[in-house]
Amino acid sequence: MSTIKLNKSSAPKIGAEQIALLEKLSNAVGVSGDEGEIRSIVLETIKPFVDEVHEDAMGNIIAIHKAKTEKSLRVMVDAHMDEVGFMIIAEDEGGLYQFETVGGIDVRSLPAKTVWVGKDHLPGVIGAKPIHLTDKGEMDSTIHLDTLRIDVGKDPGGKVKVGDRATFATKFEQSGSVLFGKALDDRIGVVTLIELLKHAPDHIELQAAFTVQEELGLRGARVAAYGLNPDLAFAIDSTPSFDQPTWDGSENTQYNTRLGAGPAIYLSDAGTLSDPRLIRRLTQTAEKHAIPYQFRQPGGGGTDAGAIHLRRGGIPSVSISIPGRYAHTAVLVSRVEDWQHGLALLYHTLLELTPDVLSGER
Amino acid sequence: MTLELEKHLKEMICLPGLSANEAPIRDVISAAWRPLVDELSTSRLGSLHGLRRGSGSEPRPRILLAAHMDAIGLMVTTIDGGFLHFTEVGGLDPRILPCQRVTVHGRKDIPALIVQPADRLLPASMKGNPPPMDRLLVDTGLPAAEVEKLVRPGDLISFAQAPLNLTGGMLAGHTMDNRASVAAVTQCLAELQTRKHGCDVWAAATVQEEETLGGGFTSPFSIQPDLAIAIDVTFGKGPGAGDYRTHALGKGPTIGWGPNVHPAFHKKMKSVAEELDIPFQVEIMPRHSGTDAYAMQVVGAGYPTLVLGIPLRYMHTPVETVLLKDIARTGRLMAEFITRLEPDFHKTMRWDVES
Amino acid sequence: MKDLIKKLVESVGPSGFEGQTRDIVRAAVVPNKSEVDAMGNLIVRIGKKGNDGLRIMLAAHIDEIGIMVTHIDENGFVRFTNIGGVYPRNCPGGRVRFTNGVEGVIGIEKLDDPGKAFTLEQLFVDVGALDKEHCPVKIGDVAGFERPFMDMGKRMVAKSMDDRIGAAVLIEVIKQIKTTPHELVFVFSTQEEVGIRGAQTAAYAVDPDMGISVDVTATGDTPKGLKMAVSVGKGPAIKVRDGGMLSDPRLVKVMVDCAEKANLPYQLEVLEGGTTDARAMQVSRAGMSAGCVSIPCRYVHSPSEMVDIDDVQNAVRLFVELLSHPIHLE
Repeated sequence: MSTIKLNKSSAPKIGAEQIALLEKLSNAVGVSGDEGEIRSIVLETIKPFVDEVHEDAMGNIIAIHKAKTEKSLRVMVDAHMDEVGFMIIAEDEGGLYQFETVGGIDVRSLPAKTVWVGKDHLPGVIGAKPIHLTDKGEMDSTIHLDTLRIDVGKDPGGKVKVGDRATFATKFEQSGSVLFGKALDDRIGVVTLIELLKHAPDHIELQAAFTVQEELGLRGARVAAYGLNPDLAFAIDSTPSFDQPTWDGSENTQYNTRLGAGPAIYLSDAGTLSDPRLIRRLTQTAEKHAIPYQFRQPGGGGTDAGAIHLRRGGIPSVSISIPGRYAHTAVLVSRVEDWQHGLALLYHTLLELTPDVLSGER
Repeated sequence: MTLELEKHLKEMICLPGLSANEAPIRDVISAAWRPLVDELSTSRLGSLHGLRRGSGSEPRPRILLAAHMDAIGLMVTTIDGGFLHFTEVGGLDPRILPCQRVTVHGRKDIPALIVQPADRLLPASMKGNPPPMDRLLVDTGLPAAEVEKLVRPGDLISFAQAPLNLTGGMLAGHTMDNRASVAAVTQCLAELQTRKHGCDVWAAATVQEEETLGGGFTSPFSIQPDLAIAIDVTFGKGPGAGDYRTHALGKGPTIGWGPNVHPAFHKKMKSVAEELDIPFQVEIMPRHSGTDAYAMQVVGAGYPTLVLGIPLRYMHTPVETVLLKDIARTGRLMAEFITRLEPDFHKTMRWDVES
Repeated sequence: MKDLIKKLVESVGPSGFEGQTRDIVRAAVVPNKSEVDAMGNLIVRIGKKGNDGLRIMLAAHIDEIGIMVTHIDENGFVRFTNIGGVYPRNCPGGRVRFTNGVEGVIGIEKLDDPGKAFTLEQLFVDVGALDKEHCPVKIGDVAGFERPFMDMGKRMVAKSMDDRIGAAVLIEVIKQIKTTPHELVFVFSTQEEVGIRGAQTAAYAVDPDMGISVDVTATGDTPKGLKMAVSVGKGPAIKVRDGGMLSDPRLVKVMVDCAEKANLPYQLEVLEGGTTDARAMQVSRAGMSAGCVSIPCRYVHSPSEMVDIDDVQNAVRLFVELLSHPIHLE
């Protein structure tokens, strides 16, 4: 990869190489607390582009691209490596396993899905009771997690242990500009951050944090931000789009984000009121370069920014995200153009970032 | 040095020390730890820190053994005709409260009883049902005027159940959660008296775990350990408790596994137990471990944490039951781990290990 | 003091957008110097930490609950989400004022079942826009609830008494305190209503020995209300616990002794929900002694929060007395 000629005057592009990396990362398994597969892919990929890299006590990867100038801004950019999934908690007989969810998963999305279990990605299924054996009243009620099992077949041969993680067995697919895959939340952010490292501007110190355990409460980003102590921070994430029609045909006022409308800038969520100075800088940069963007509707939810901005004496932070439908299920849907625009927006913002961005009170 | 574990534990569980008010229990733990450590101090939040220096050359690795010492209990909210309304400190199931003996810590300690008002005095909808906590009362039996003089809102109420020896080395009482783990730390310190260990051992009896994990969030900030173990009780298998979250009494401590536990730490602890034939169980913690480790892991720039659990039945009741042997084994396991700890282990730890 | 209170409570400053309120505080603490940190906290330092002194952080939050625009619909109606703990039941028919001065009224969709509680998603703001294009607000704009200050003599009513009344107390303490053995760091904090955020970072940066917040607390003195031993008008409430923290009992005792010695009325507060800036201070860094003095307040998080001027002034007296002398925790 060291033969790539870097052109710093124009934004990096999302091409075949980036999509191939996303495919590799989306197909890898990295349930919160067990991000090893992602960690090794990231480490191997970023090595040529960084000045320093280390793994901290929680398993975050912290990579630094140093500035070539004095007194430069120290800018943390974060993307989380982990994904939602399952942990095997107990073994029934005959290759059937009880499991718990790790991260926010709607149990209604689980019946009749395929999964990968353990480090070897042993295939399994979460079954469902045949409709023939299900009475009417039962069909109207919710399926509870404790009635579901992961079935890996009758002869697991010691390949599954209690404590192993599992996740949806979804193979990444591309259909034109549409991307289908599990864990695009937040592997799409991971690839974006890798591209930014590859094209890091020389006038800032770029502190890349590939974090763990975001889905369990922003835990990796918390310690990463404390350790890095940056001047400001950007969190890159994948954000749900609920841009489907409403049942009565009325205007959808709760879409959160819309696919195809560009990267989504966070204003406010359950964990963060984004720094207005950074929001302003992002929108100005977008407008200057004619990059489409949208505001993610203020509301609940959250990103690593929620943990980052509260560290030490306060770290001005903002999140920018790539819209994706059906987050925390077996498959997400995102679009290449939103991703491309998100990368361009972050790239130009970093390239043109000067200390005056924080002048004035927030 | 032999520790009279049962006596030590009984002394501790007879004392109050509700979250944020740990002074009574801290004094007793101080007395027990003083001969076993080189330095003893109290954090600004009230956690007790004992340092037992290692014999290795500086800088020595530091291992933190943290067990919370605070207890659950009740707090007076309002006084109504001599009867006390109360809220909880820590989490309590109101259904276990009626007819429990308690001590009200007013201007002096007053013996009292938690009572359930007669059905005829409750709303019709509550008849025959367990009344919620705000309908229960504490009765001191004293005349209203005297109660007004002795008790104020905010006064604490602790359980008064005396320790009870059961058969087979089992002990029941209130606040086994988490004095049983403090006893295990004491046991570890006692075992270390006759052993050589390179690292510095920091024993911490932490505060406010039941409310805010306050001790867990603050003690590592000043101690800055290289390795941190939270020792807490875990659900014992017993009546009404049998799923994957429960572990048998008598089969040794649990070693936690999950996002709050550094896998290399887990592996190392397990290997020490296996090597010495100390029985242990693996406790699966898919998310939050429910212990100080949840806090300690994310203090500052993060610390490698581990959770050791002592199986206990009937958690958060005044008849919490443990097996003394499990406590002793937990203390011994920690002592063996510390004795065997290589000076550079914490530097070689990687999250990705073959388990 | 009422003039200052009126000014403070009538400013618009929902969490994260405290600029207007911060300016009022800044002007009121002159000639003391003030600084503003990364989270927008306004900080005033008084005194030096002497031999028998502590560094004490005193926090009152200047943000208030409010709303943020999430969507402008095809006809120019404004959909919104809450900033902090907004009760839907207190909204319909109310008015809001945006930080840019635009005013609006809150309307509600036709309810399928009027007996059922409704949610914020069923509410909207009408800013009088003729259509979407002419709507004077956009996604992300914020508003506070709009109510004028009402002076009833002893009792005062306003939106955002929570916690502008605490800010007023601290401003008055700054003005009145003559000498102190302590280094006093007054933090007019931000983003309390969304999760104690400003005080959390300020506590880290200030690194005090002790932290005390001033905030409002609920009361048990209204018809068929909460069961709670705090009343409006019976003195400032010294917090023993709330939903998020337990005060340092030694600090509670120091405050109680101080009030008794100075012959000031006080109450002991056990609040079963809610919490204050003291929660964040208590567990900052290696931890600190933390407590809170509360102003009893009826109808908290409604646009008509009621406090008593005597409680306010007695809180000021309690603080001046407490902070003028060495503090020894037993």
